[in-house]
Amino acid sequence: MIAALIIVFREVIEAGLIVGIVLAATTGVPGRERAVAMGILAGVLGACLVAAFAGELAGLFQGSGQEIFNATILLLAVAMLTWHNVWMASHGREMARELKAAGHQVKTGERTLAALSIVVGVAVLREGSEVVLFLYGIAAQGGTSAAGMIAGGGLGLAAGALVSALMYAGLLKVPAGKLFQVTSGLITLLAAGMAAQAVIFLQNAGWLEFFTSTVWDTSWLLPDDGQGSLGLFGKMLHTLVGYTAAPNGAQLIAYGFTIVLILVLMRMVNAPATTPRGRHA
Amino acid sequence: MKSVLLAVLIAAIPISQGLADEPIVVHLKNHKFSPSTIKVKANKPSMILLYNDDDGADEFDSSSLKIERVVPGHAKANIRIRALAPGKYPFMGEFHAATAQGVVIAE
Repeated sequence: MIAALIIVFREVIEAGLIVGIVLAATTGVPGRERAVAMGILAGVLGACLVAAFAGELAGLFQGSGQEIFNATILLLAVAMLTWHNVWMASHGREMARELKAAGHQVKTGERTLAALSIVVGVAVLREGSEVVLFLYGIAAQGGTSAAGMIAGGGLGLAAGALVSALMYAGLLKVPAGKLFQVTSGLITLLAAGMAAQAVIFLQNAGWLEFFTSTVWDTSWLLPDDGQGSLGLFGKMLHTLVGYTAAPNGAQLIAYGFTIVLILVLMRMVNAPATTPRGRHA
Repeated sequence: MKSVLLAVLIAAIPISQGLADEPIVVHLKNHKFSPSTIKVKANKPSMILLYNDDDGADEFDSSSLKIERVVPGHAKANIRIRALAPGKYPFMGEFHAATAQGVVIAE
């Protein structure tokens, strides 16, 4: 039961932190609850599909289907986060000014909500498919231990949701004027971390096998895999800002490149602050 | 047939030697890896062919190897190991971490 609790907790927290950031980033945007709920629902359905066809999926691309799939959906999320940040950079100021004038926001908000809904869906899909496979395995075994494990899974879900809610509540403590900067900073780091993770999946699929040597190793200080006393903290940092205990060169390049790309794009659209921009950033 | 023979052969040896082109066959049964100690040549990529002989799925998980790979029950998976600096790289079956533990040794 404890094992089930820990595994489900770990997966839920990863998806939950991303949901928390998305909710904070969309503060005051009408329809966000629906967008996030749709993302979660689509993610759960997708997770069940991925779990059901895990064997078939893995068989694609000479046995690297799982890695290619994970890299693809991560890069999709990176693209959506980038788009959101750039879009907000071009419209954020007016939005902040008119925080109470909902009429204008409905239009602006809806565009980026769809992107963030996809990000939520991807996060839930990735972590959820593991939970589904894990719980399915237990349920298939049957017996009394299954009931305990399912209860553990339920508790893990609740605990993961609680930690995510606490982070969301913490973010809401940020003054409204600063919230946009904080969330766009978090989203930039989140995207960079996802890009670095995608690089690992591509390398494990036999693609992009450059700069694979480890650049530094701080796993003795702060592991990123949820092990040890500080493990949970390291794992949360891994999810939130892409902290990696032993990154390789390609990961660092992807991480740095993503940050620079997003910042440059944000600056480009933001420079003539008063000029109206096209719908696509 | 040949691969089955090879699998049986290698599974019987507690420590298998990583070959340059042949994958290292590892079985997961009753939530235990066999062999659980896998030797590979340092600074050369290698491949693990993992057979999950259990009914349920498990996840081959190693932060030091940078691998997370879900393997459904009664399925196999090609797991690519990048060129490793000499050292020990622990891995586990995340869904049954109490028993499913192993280590890759690069030397």
